[in-house]
Amino acid sequence: MKNKSLISITDFTPEEYYKILDLAEEFEKNPKQNLLNDYVIASLFFEPSTRTRLSFDSAINRLGGRIVGFSEATNSSVAKGESFADTIKTVTQYSDLIIMRHPLEGSARYASEVADVPVINAGDGANQHPTQCLLDLYSIRKTQGTLENLNIFLVGDLKHGRTVHSLLMALSNFNPVFNFISPETLKMPDEYKDFLNHKGIKFYEHTEFTDIISKADIMYVTRVQKERFSDPMEYERVKNVYVLTNDMLDGTKENLKILHPLPRVNEIDTSVDENPRAYYFPQALNGVYTRMAILSLILGIKS
Amino acid sequence: MAKQKEKLTVSAIKNGTVIDHIPAENLFKALSILHIDIMNTTITIGNNLESSRLGKKGIIKIADKQPSTEDMNKIALVAPTARINIIQDYEVVDKYNVKIPEQIRGIFKCMNPKCITNVEKMTTKFDVIEKDGKLQLKCKYCEKDTDQEHFETI
Repeated sequence: MKNKSLISITDFTPEEYYKILDLAEEFEKNPKQNLLNDYVIASLFFEPSTRTRLSFDSAINRLGGRIVGFSEATNSSVAKGESFADTIKTVTQYSDLIIMRHPLEGSARYASEVADVPVINAGDGANQHPTQCLLDLYSIRKTQGTLENLNIFLVGDLKHGRTVHSLLMALSNFNPVFNFISPETLKMPDEYKDFLNHKGIKFYEHTEFTDIISKADIMYVTRVQKERFSDPMEYERVKNVYVLTNDMLDGTKENLKILHPLPRVNEIDTSVDENPRAYYFPQALNGVYTRMAILSLILGIKS
Repeated sequence: MAKQKEKLTVSAIKNGTVIDHIPAENLFKALSILHIDIMNTTITIGNNLESSRLGKKGIIKIADKQPSTEDMNKIALVAPTARINIIQDYEVVDKYNVKIPEQIRGIFKCMNPKCITNVEKMTTKFDVIEKDGKLQLKCKYCEKDTDQEHFETI
């Protein structure tokens, strides 16, 4: 994996996923390792993102590495009219690895072509966010003991959510059953359903929460965002249908864990937070270990 | 009779390449893909000629030049029916149908307005995929599909 850029979850094989998860597990047991002492990491956030940026910063700091970069593009040379390729080529001279988030789709792939150092995609528009997907896999394996044969519920905005799309692609390697719960207007796009049919993976679609959730091993909840609706009335009609409350979890499996990429608004009621099935905050911590693993593997410090 | 008339409309060439059976509506796209506008040799173009197969077809005759098969295959995305005839001394010495390439660089735009290729000065790259009998271009960068109805040349 040394020097390999991580742009899309499909760039890596299931074997490589396991390698990352195993190493993340090692870091969780022993997080204080100064492996990045001599390294400078560029963190280029062309659009703001609090959680992902801080999670990467935390991972780099825990490994003893140093960070150069910016957290928004308004003060950078981009604002002076420099081309994206020139920015990347210049930053290549200053750093051993580039982490970047950019609003344009495909920007990370392009950066990996022009940069001499490996690039980690921390989100390119609505396209890919592979480190989120890997930390989701880590959280799933950690809580279920396996990635294989799980019943996975994806809930909320399944049309636009890049995290649910990446997770679907990644988990398709491990014989899952999927259940999709979403409003009619935010259903899982056909291309992903075609993909599952092609791979012979079972999935079921629902428009509301029913006792079907008693079958779930993992429930991955995403935000239903007001701005995604062309009809504001439609939003008002559906917004409370997709709120998970604590009493709905009666009769669900003991091993069920509820995941959410955060930020949460109101789709998971705070009453759920005390339920042992709530896992979204530990999930965020897992992001640090997973990113520590990804950084060390790509820099070739661990193999 | 139609054949005779076509011959009169678009005169024969002694040596070179004839691209026949181009769907009439895509003749100008094919010209642009092959950069025929900047060739300095004699070019004869006919369009809306009667064709039993296509209804209306276009034809391009390029004197004294033989573009590579690879270049010719680039027009397959807009003219999958095109047939290439290599002419020597007024005789057809070789002919082949264009083949849809697996990958394509440049030529087409990605239809996703949020794709980096529509903002930066860079070459587009696509995988050509066939779905339900129609062609799609899968962008190597934003990973979105551009369907056949939205093929637009740069």
